[in-house]
Amino acid sequence: MADLLVEMTGISKSFPGVHALDDCRFELLPGEVHALVGENGAGKSTLMKILGGVYKRDAGFVRFKGSDVEIPNTAAAQHLGISMIHQELNLMPHLTVAQNIFIGREPRGRVPFVLDDRALNDSAAALFEKLRLHLDPRKRVSALSVAQQQMVEIAKALSFNASILIMDEPTAALTDKEIDELFRITRQLRGEGVGIVHISHRLQELKQISDRVTVMRDGRVIHTLPTPDATIEQIISMMVGRTIFEATPEVPETTNPDVVLEVRNLKRGRVIRDVSFSVHRGEIVGIAGLVGAGRTEVARAVFGADPVDSGEIFVHGKRVRIQSPTDAVRNGIGYLSEDRKRYGLALGLNVETNIVLASLRRFLSPFGVVRTVLTRAAADSQVKSLAIKTPSLSQKVRNLSGGTQQKVVVGKWLTADTEILIFDEPTRGIDVGAKSEIYHLLNELAHEGKAIVMISSDLPEILRMSHRILVMCEGRVTGELTAEEATQEKIMTFATQREAAA
Amino acid sequence: MSTAPGLPIQAGRSGAVIRADFFQRFLAFGALIVLILFFQVWCVLIGTNFLTFENFVNILVATAVVGVLALGETFVVVTGGIDLSVGTVMTISMVMTAVAITSQHLPVPVGILIGVLTGGLMGLANGVLIARFRIAPFIATLGILNVARGLSLVITQTRPIYFAGDNGFQTGVMGNLFGVKLSGEFGIPIIAIIMFAAALFAAFLLGKTVLGRYTFALGSNEEAARLSGVNVANWKMLVYVVCGLFAGLAGVLSAARLGSAQPATGFGYELSAISAVVIGGTSLSGGEGTILGTIIGAFIVYVLTYGLQFVNVAQEWQIVVTGGVLIAAVYIDNLRRRQRA
Repeated sequence: MADLLVEMTGISKSFPGVHALDDCRFELLPGEVHALVGENGAGKSTLMKILGGVYKRDAGFVRFKGSDVEIPNTAAAQHLGISMIHQELNLMPHLTVAQNIFIGREPRGRVPFVLDDRALNDSAAALFEKLRLHLDPRKRVSALSVAQQQMVEIAKALSFNASILIMDEPTAALTDKEIDELFRITRQLRGEGVGIVHISHRLQELKQISDRVTVMRDGRVIHTLPTPDATIEQIISMMVGRTIFEATPEVPETTNPDVVLEVRNLKRGRVIRDVSFSVHRGEIVGIAGLVGAGRTEVARAVFGADPVDSGEIFVHGKRVRIQSPTDAVRNGIGYLSEDRKRYGLALGLNVETNIVLASLRRFLSPFGVVRTVLTRAAADSQVKSLAIKTPSLSQKVRNLSGGTQQKVVVGKWLTADTEILIFDEPTRGIDVGAKSEIYHLLNELAHEGKAIVMISSDLPEILRMSHRILVMCEGRVTGELTAEEATQEKIMTFATQREAAA
Repeated sequence: MSTAPGLPIQAGRSGAVIRADFFQRFLAFGALIVLILFFQVWCVLIGTNFLTFENFVNILVATAVVGVLALGETFVVVTGGIDLSVGTVMTISMVMTAVAITSQHLPVPVGILIGVLTGGLMGLANGVLIARFRIAPFIATLGILNVARGLSLVITQTRPIYFAGDNGFQTGVMGNLFGVKLSGEFGIPIIAIIMFAAALFAAFLLGKTVLGRYTFALGSNEEAARLSGVNVANWKMLVYVVCGLFAGLAGVLSAARLGSAQPATGFGYELSAISAVVIGGTSLSGGEGTILGTIIGAFIVYVLTYGLQFVNVAQEWQIVVTGGVLIAAVYIDNLRRRQRA
């Protein structure tokens, strides 16, 4: 057996009120891609942040190339050759590519305090050449695409002559093509003997790229095994601690003829180009398309969050004017943003407050005082009917898991008596177990007669959930498919149907 | 524009940003020209002339003190912070210089050095509060504003300190107005030359040194800088020290200009300095800004103030206009950011 690059044993870590890691073991070989999987909150990122010097462990040992080491901060990790690419991109958008890569260790001129920017740009160019990346070192990072920014992060991590590269969900924001590029670089590095830790939710991906898989659950390491020996079903069952059968697609019910929401000829510059569609009572309409097709823009326009150039919106056949989210809420339209934490929730407030937030006016006494008896009852009924997993109504939303947070947002809109719910990527960043609960919830809402629009980039999800599927490309609706006729291939054909000779 | 093979190009994006940058720089400079022409038209209408060398020199002299204050403030604002104390830090520096030269009879250069270092010391106090004790810059510097203001009054027993007639201080720094001749009968006051020299030095610090690079890094994404191994706390402290040193220099210039140390002045100068910084295109949310912009911004503030005075608008109204200009500048900053988002 080759010499281990890293051996972590007996690692424990707790945060106030939470046992994040309990007696964890992890090892990494040189020239290996080691996948680390587990549901949200399983402790993957925490374990790797200990290796990367972001957190200090409470107990256990870290052996690096055969000797015990302490890694008190990120600088120490980098000194050892351990580089970590965090889940959120950690770049400085106002600085150039080269400035970002060499931040903290800029080449100096003859006077110690003065920078040598020519050497800086030359070193960056040399690094890109080695990685076979085509990036301009002098370009501002804010002008790059997300994928290119990711490449900058990788180049930066490798510029420390890293022998270990930790990537936390590197593919979350990338398109398939960009993922191929990332994997090309990953394989190149593996060939050069770098040990790579790849944290991801996308299990298919791990089969493609990794040599071994370590599964974590509830702060413990469950198992490490060679990737070729593991099936995806096995990995999932280790992640959730129970066997879940390949879910059969829900049979779409015949939809009610009542049209609840109708959008006609919506236009906004080049982003939304003449979009029309309708949603029936009890129907789930999926909107598919590639990133940048204009799906979120349509949702935001219908919700009144962005202005439109022209177009009409009808609710129950009546023309309505929606110029702000307030108008939308008054007409019974709720929007559940893909970025829950930024747009959907007040993270620092508790479950009860979040649930009644969009309909607070209903809970006021004549003098404008909030009647807490009523808000508590309303919040309590949502927690029960949606099975929101929270220790109490006064729990801060920040401390809940992604799936539970999503349910709180749903509870908020249901409390506000919305009839039309627009879900934007409802399961993004939500782990496998909680996903099926969200699906169940969507079906139930449709069954109760809500009209639902679901935007999703996950094709199996769209196929499984929707009664009807709209496909968008470059701001236009390029196709509409019924649940029966829809296949992944048909959707992709429409999604890439660019305007002929524009 | 080059991209990795197969990666989608975000078309037009970088072009738009470059154009916005150009427009922004042009905007501030254009606004200055428009403002000057505006007053010229006004003056012609009331039968006088705004575009005279005398007015030019007066504006230079009037701008110098706040211009130097704004140089330091630029560093702080680029980090995404704010320093409200620069006005009264300037005052205490002025007082310390005067005490050193008059009652302690120290040589003039030593007095100047003491003034500048006093500013640096107050900046250090700001930096320690903000970077070590994690007090929000707004509150920390508001506290130091009053500490410096109070100390100035205590040290002087609330009375101004006048320089004795011929100790060389006032004439040295200030020159007489036409002390340095550029050509023929025209000359530029030394105080303005000091401001331009300080601006060149500030531009060098911000653009070419490690300090400048980290100033931008802090304002752009402090957490990213920390995770890259940059000692964020120390560099942030240094930025506030630099801001204090410039405030100290402004104090010395102010003392020279007034021929005395006035313990009750300085309060309110921070708003003019911040106006100059923001008008010059430095974003209050941090990460971008230029020294050239700040200098142009300072001139805009003082052309406006001086111009209103010159056309005999009551001083009370000048104060109102200054407040309005600050709000307008911040609003434009907001629009700029929204446009880019």
